[in-house]
Amino acid sequence: MTLTLELRGVTRVHGSGHTQVDALVNANLSVEPGALVAVMGPSGSGKTTLLSLAGGLEKPTSGEVIVDGTQLGQLSVGHLAALRRRSIGYVFQQFNLIEGLTAVENVSIPLELDGVNRRDASVAAMASLELLGLGSLAKRFPDELSGGEQQRVAIARAVVGERTLLLADEPTGALDTVTGESVLRLMRDHCERGGAGVLVTHDARLAAWADQVVFLRDGRIVDQTESPKGPEELLDRVVM
Amino acid sequence: MSVGMSLLAILEDGPSYGLQLKNDFEQRTGGIWPLNVGQVYTTLQRLQRDGLVEAESSNAAESQKIYGITDQGRQRLSDWFREPAADGPPAREGLVLKLVMVTRRNRDDAVGVIQTERRGAVQLLQEYTRLKRETPSDGDLGWLFLLDSLIFTTEARVRWLDSCESRIAASGDTAPQRRPVEPATHAFEHEEVPS
Repeated sequence: MTLTLELRGVTRVHGSGHTQVDALVNANLSVEPGALVAVMGPSGSGKTTLLSLAGGLEKPTSGEVIVDGTQLGQLSVGHLAALRRRSIGYVFQQFNLIEGLTAVENVSIPLELDGVNRRDASVAAMASLELLGLGSLAKRFPDELSGGEQQRVAIARAVVGERTLLLADEPTGALDTVTGESVLRLMRDHCERGGAGVLVTHDARLAAWADQVVFLRDGRIVDQTESPKGPEELLDRVVM
Repeated sequence: MSVGMSLLAILEDGPSYGLQLKNDFEQRTGGIWPLNVGQVYTTLQRLQRDGLVEAESSNAAESQKIYGITDQGRQRLSDWFREPAADGPPAREGLVLKLVMVTRRNRDDAVGVIQTERRGAVQLLQEYTRLKRETPSDGDLGWLFLLDSLIFTTEARVRWLDSCESRIAASGDTAPQRRPVEPATHAFEHEEVPS
């Protein structure tokens, strides 16, 4: 089986000499199709660096980043950009929707940038919105949407077309608990349809939506959770 | 106390047998807090003694008795809903004791304990979250309240462990400090140490 994302011994160093910062050190991470993995750590632990490397937005100082079987380090700038547009979607704490465009136009933009004609891009964007139960929001502009609705549209944009890898950086940071859950449910739905996701967060409650949680401290992966337990074991462990 | 009040809340819907009350309690709480039937009967006897419930057939065997809520019971239940539940210091927790004790050993031991406990707490959070995922967002509100309570409590434990870890990092000591400690005079000192 081809992993959706693999980090092999990835190190990222910023600066040099006495200003050198080891943002990420010898990180190994495997994300299978269908899996949602959370990377949890405090501010400055290297979470955002890991996400940028996974998405090809930064190059590692050493090690390999592999997306859908392709080593990003071996791609030209143009091919890397194309792979990012076609295979990887990003969701950030700020929703980053374009104000003058409707929801469906916002979702279709990555496809149009990738050369898909406007009509086909619009059809695919509508399909992405409907898949996430957001079809009724298609014609609305961002300022006509609540924060939760905007973030859900941002997820539709992140997974539109053939994109398999969803990378999310504190995606519910600006939302209340219940609205944040609806965003996480969408991320899980994406994974259950065969996509994969990496969620970076400082928040354990958010990380717990993932199949596996990886703990990052000072740029190093120091620990990770085991595979999920069955309900019987859960009840055995709950002593109140 | 809260089990007794919960039984009164169930009895507000109508009279019931002890075994049925046990089943209703577990159904409303999703089986997270199983009750044994003996505990139900003991609680019912206490509620009866206090005039909060009455048995329709007082001479029958426990399993044959039908219990109903009294007017006094309804009043007590209303008071329970109205009054805040936080009525004292939190119970002393085994995990807190473990961390307090391990700080007197070396720093690596303390960091190791924190790491292990954080992993365990996050795995527990994952399991509670999975139960929530399986419940529709417009599902049973009481069950969702209960799961949220477990999730927020466990999250607080993770945040506390993170805070302990930050304190260790900030202290920068390779060896723990062993300084004399004044006898405690705060509100928790009357509590007994859990076994």
